[in-house]
Amino acid sequence: MATIAAEPPAEHRRAAAIRSAAQRVGMLVLVLAILWGLWEGYRWLWIREGWTWPFVVDSTTMPHIHDILRQLFRKPTSGVGDILLVQLLHAAWFTAKEALVGFALGASFGFLLGVALSQFRLLQRGLLPYVVASQTVPILAVAPIVVVYLGSLHVAAWFSVAVIASYLTFFPVTINTLRGLQSTDRRALELMRSYAAGRLSVLWKLRIPAALPYIFSALKVSATASIVGAIIGEAPSSIQEGLGGFIVNFDQYYSLNPENLWATNLIAALLGITFFLVIVIAEAIVVRRAPENVA
Amino acid sequence: MSVVTVEGLTKRFEGGTTALEGIELAIEEREFVSLIGPSGCGKSTLLRIIGDLIRPTAGTVRVNGKPAAQARADRDYGIVFQDPVLYDWRTVAKNISLPLELARWNRHRRNERVQEMTRLVELTGFEGHYPWQLSGGMQQRVSIARALSFDPALLLMDEPFGALDEMTRERLNLELLRIWEASGSTMVFVTHSITEAVFLSTRVVVMSPRPGRISNVITVDLPHPRTAAIREDPRFFELVTSVREALHLGSDLDRKLEAPTAVEAQP
Repeated sequence: MATIAAEPPAEHRRAAAIRSAAQRVGMLVLVLAILWGLWEGYRWLWIREGWTWPFVVDSTTMPHIHDILRQLFRKPTSGVGDILLVQLLHAAWFTAKEALVGFALGASFGFLLGVALSQFRLLQRGLLPYVVASQTVPILAVAPIVVVYLGSLHVAAWFSVAVIASYLTFFPVTINTLRGLQSTDRRALELMRSYAAGRLSVLWKLRIPAALPYIFSALKVSATASIVGAIIGEAPSSIQEGLGGFIVNFDQYYSLNPENLWATNLIAALLGITFFLVIVIAEAIVVRRAPENVA
Repeated sequence: MSVVTVEGLTKRFEGGTTALEGIELAIEEREFVSLIGPSGCGKSTLLRIIGDLIRPTAGTVRVNGKPAAQARADRDYGIVFQDPVLYDWRTVAKNISLPLELARWNRHRRNERVQEMTRLVELTGFEGHYPWQLSGGMQQRVSIARALSFDPALLLMDEPFGALDEMTRERLNLELLRIWEASGSTMVFVTHSITEAVFLSTRVVVMSPRPGRISNVITVDLPHPRTAAIREDPRFFELVTSVREALHLGSDLDRKLEAPTAVEAQP
């Protein structure tokens, strides 16, 4: 029977995985190079032709990429303290902690809410519209309320920020968990029925594992949203140590030093990508699927 | 005592289609019964009603002397579908032990049984593989091992080899007979292949469509244990011919019944 073994052994697959990872890195470098070229090309063309539509291009609106990168290794403004990169990495670490706690809170709550909604139809009908409505309220309007309210309970400011981040995190997880739990294969359910499996067994042994690809898609969205939430939450909390504080600060001096803000954005983006990649790696470890079924 | 008793069974689906009408069937212990018929004759529906996966409109189904729902709750039968329906995130071993986990067997007993089962379906060495690493035939063998893992007295099979190529199907037919003889289970096997039905069965139940009825029951008196050589036995051909004729008779009857309606429809 061994003659019809269909798949190559594990070490071959690992080698193939490494090859495809290398390809992806190569692709990433290529895309970054193209983006760089487009930015500088656009800048050069618009300045040479003196075009002012859709906006005037100069060193304030579009600083050179190499100026932005160089700024990372300078001491900002008065020349005291660490170089900008070190300051930003500290800030990123601070924001990352808020975002991570927010993500953990939001993802757990979102998952549990999704499970609860899937199990109780009445709850779903009653609650789902409000879950959707919660996301139509702008986070900028909610953030100060959360900060003031939790502040009055003597909760640390960073934790308020984490709660704001969780507000952006939970929604995609709830919606996708619900969707995933409801799209269980009919025949797989029939099999469980033939074993007279209880509701909890069906949930735990079938519905949740089958929903994992859906849940991970949501986690990828949520991971980056949690960073946006943390950055936005820092402003009304008057937290200076995080990326949000730096962004507010550099905003005010944009016309003098646009590179500072761009450099901050770059670090914030890198933080978002890091979060995203962590989820991708977790998914590769947790989700066992036919290679063609992995999103 | 019959393993399966079906009396006065009718199934109408919402929307008015009568899938089955007046089904009477008794299946004895250790029988291998095939249900055969054209598409729409309700053979899969009958199998699902015996397994209490769907409810009949009228009539009674008893399995091991109990109502079908009770038999399902007692895990009296194993089932194999046309698709293997393996869980992608479980290895071969974990797929086979799924019903054992649900029946709360301890890990030690589960592992022992998985060993026995992989040996029975000749998949030893593939316990750690995931379903998508196996060929279609191997996947279906895992599915059979899973259905037999908890030693059910009855095995329900819904066109289990329908999606496989002819070569694989013939080999799995032989394996299934060997498994049937080794396990002592009673088999109910849905198929639309005449040769498969005759080769495997002790009895072939021929069904006709619209509404689904049992039009004929043919006892297969080929000797056991059966080998591939039986497919060339003259008696095998005779039986294949009688099943084929029974099938065509069923559809002729069908045409005669439909003809007047077609005439009435003329303005």
